[in-house]
Amino acid sequence: MSGAKNHAYHILPPDIAPIMGALAGGVLAAGGIMWMHSAAYGGAVFFLGVALVLATMFLWWGKVLTEAKAGDHTPVVQLHLRYGMVLFIASEVMFFVGWFWAFFDYSLFPRPLLYDAATHTVSLVTDAGAAAASTWPPKGMEVIDAFRFPLLNTLILLLSGTTITWSHHALIHNQRGGALKGLWGLIGVGENDGVKKGLWLTIILGLIFSSIQAYEYSEAPFPFKGINYTSAFFMATGFHGFHVMIGTIFLIVNLMRVYRGDFTPRQHFGFEAAAWYWHFVDVVWIFLFATVYVWGGWGAPVHAG
Amino acid sequence: MTDTALSGHAFEAHDHEHHHHDADHKPGFFARWFMSTNHKDIGTLYLIFAIFAGIIGGAISGVMRAELAHPGIQYLTVLAEYLPGDKNFDHALHLWNVLITAHGLIMVFFMVMPAMIGGFGNWFVPIMIGAPDMAFPRMNNISFWLLIPSFTLLLLSPFFGGAGTGWTVYAPLSTYGEPGPSVDMAILSLHLAGASSILGAINFITTIFNMRAPGMTLHKMPLFVWSVLVTAFLLLLSLPVLAAAITMLLTDRNFGTTFFDPAGGGDPILYQHLFWFFGHPEVYIMILPGFGIVSQILSTFSKKPIFGYLGMAYAMVAIGVVGFVVWAHHMFTTGLSVNTKMYFTAATMVIAVPTGIKIFSWIATMWGGSLSFKTPMVWAIGFIFMFTVGGVTGVVLANGGIDDYMQDSYYVVAHFHYVLSLGAVFSLFAGFTYWFPKMSGRMLSELLGQIHFWIFFAGVNMLFFPMHFLGLQNMQRRVPDYADNLEYWNHFATIGYMIMAGSMIVFFVNVIYSLFAGKKAGDNPWGEGATTLEWTLSSPPPYHQFETLPVIDGGDHH
Repeated sequence: MSGAKNHAYHILPPDIAPIMGALAGGVLAAGGIMWMHSAAYGGAVFFLGVALVLATMFLWWGKVLTEAKAGDHTPVVQLHLRYGMVLFIASEVMFFVGWFWAFFDYSLFPRPLLYDAATHTVSLVTDAGAAAASTWPPKGMEVIDAFRFPLLNTLILLLSGTTITWSHHALIHNQRGGALKGLWGLIGVGENDGVKKGLWLTIILGLIFSSIQAYEYSEAPFPFKGINYTSAFFMATGFHGFHVMIGTIFLIVNLMRVYRGDFTPRQHFGFEAAAWYWHFVDVVWIFLFATVYVWGGWGAPVHAG
Repeated sequence: MTDTALSGHAFEAHDHEHHHHDADHKPGFFARWFMSTNHKDIGTLYLIFAIFAGIIGGAISGVMRAELAHPGIQYLTVLAEYLPGDKNFDHALHLWNVLITAHGLIMVFFMVMPAMIGGFGNWFVPIMIGAPDMAFPRMNNISFWLLIPSFTLLLLSPFFGGAGTGWTVYAPLSTYGEPGPSVDMAILSLHLAGASSILGAINFITTIFNMRAPGMTLHKMPLFVWSVLVTAFLLLLSLPVLAAAITMLLTDRNFGTTFFDPAGGGDPILYQHLFWFFGHPEVYIMILPGFGIVSQILSTFSKKPIFGYLGMAYAMVAIGVVGFVVWAHHMFTTGLSVNTKMYFTAATMVIAVPTGIKIFSWIATMWGGSLSFKTPMVWAIGFIFMFTVGGVTGVVLANGGIDDYMQDSYYVVAHFHYVLSLGAVFSLFAGFTYWFPKMSGRMLSELLGQIHFWIFFAGVNMLFFPMHFLGLQNMQRRVPDYADNLEYWNHFATIGYMIMAGSMIVFFVNVIYSLFAGKKAGDNPWGEGATTLEWTLSSPPPYHQFETLPVIDGGDHH
């Protein structure tokens, strides 16, 4: 459809992926509702929806890669992609604003709650002691020590920010290849290949972060249900963790593309988009660490262990 | 209005070529309409969808007006007979809540937004900036198709009990008030519609910033493009907050969190803050593209550039920015402190300033112009008149003290229907009648168009103006019954609805007749006042326009 085309924009042929993605979203939503209400086959429909969404992503972004290779991504189209990614991240920031809003609502205007850790029950103080009972975290809560695993995770994410930058600079300056030596050689990473080394390290750091976060959840001194502290804590850090996983998958896709030789020092927007996303996830964590873990846990008894 | 005189050479080359090149080659039926990557086809799909949703949403308000024509409960018990669920009186009353919820959600998310942004935005933003298509043509299509499962979920929810939460989905009614699947269906419907709109917003912002033709600077863009740009930013920044809020509803309902449950330290008022942080920008999302459409039309039919072009553009930017810091004026009676109410009262009134700039600039545009009162023009003038009425009652309602009396009364219902049903919807009809010749290649009947306008105008004013009186007599919104002394104006309003509905028959006859037998439209049926780029193309435009980009005259138009 580009016969008489006299401009650098990307005019696309008709494509089945969008309607497929929309229907996949519908199946996912319907399955989720069915599952939540224990309808027959609810879980099955939900996972069918997940599979269809993933299949759509694979099909769709596979086409994008093919088009990029075919030269459809002219400089102005690459600029579109940059704008698109920046705006998408802006909308993600606003999504987290919602969760932080809930957290600050509870923490700046604490309710007179009494939490009983032994029975996992919450009671409201309604008499004269209400003012004194209004603390954050709620009375009776033990919090996670911010300066153990959370601090370690902060350092891990900050470090991963440097490794992704190393990889990016290596890509721009074409520091690739070299002899296959030692452990790096076993996974096909050349001696001078800063691109692969940096990406591998970033991915590994991301996986370590997620593992530590999962361990921290399993050892948490409070349950998911029943009280505002844990609602805000688990949903805010949980959505962050979900985004770390998305970012890690994004980086893994890019590592595979590095092995395929997709990137050149001049054209590698997929890599940059993943790096931007990774930095976004990093910044959200810095805010979570400073507010939810350090400031939000200040003064409360710290869970031993 | 911008001056968009074309470089004759570049455009001529294109005009001669598109007939025998594949610029006009259209794919087969399925590929064209179900796999589209063409902004005009996707715009058409959006418009068809919006008309379909508008008929459903309008029919629902017909049921509501029938019920309200007389005191007592007439039709809800009949409705309860035909829908699954209990056949008792309580369930019949619950169905009232289901109706008002469905009416609100359908009109906001499935009629006004798809028509304004998806329909007219898709059709005319690329053309007006001299671009061949949107920046992300494939993503454009998923924005449309996501509305189908979204709307399906909402339409099916009445068969599972019905979501009776109101379009605001306030907790605690939405958390432990209605435990069935219906509210979850409404919530996930909003998730899908929200995803659709966020992707659309990204697409519009990228298109407007990066795909303007050579010489089309931001300060030369037609005001409709400016309006969509501001709207897209509002969508991008407000919808994710709604997504977070309704996700909290979902986890409160199904997974035991206590975001909005005071027994676990949660806060129902938090939901209201999160909702209205989205909800207030949302009302500007519905009206700003209407501002843009009206600006184009007034300029065209006054044969004058718009008065104060830059002021008009930046007034919309100001409305968008200030629109993010006034949300709590929807919550004046939920127990905010006096200081908070004072701030939100003052901030809300500030919005009257840029809005006033727009109203007066529209009037100044017509002043001394060579006016012709074609159908789009009467809709646009009707818009200014009616939107101003809604704006004035808006300034009244901005006062926190007055809201202690007015909150949730029919005065509020009258206010937001004047800005939406007589504001946004008038601008939709204005845009539809203005661009119908461009989109279809045929003229609408001027006679039927005028008949439709005047009957509709009389009908909606009879329908909504008495609601001011009813509100001042303390008639409460969202209640299917009322005291006997309120019957006169309620009955009057229902007659107004029937007159309005009758005018819609004229409209649909006009559209269907004109589509098949209307007079063929030339490239520019509106004459020298229509200066934007769409009028330089054929009617309908080639399948892919601007295969050679137009070059915009460097001359300054101010």
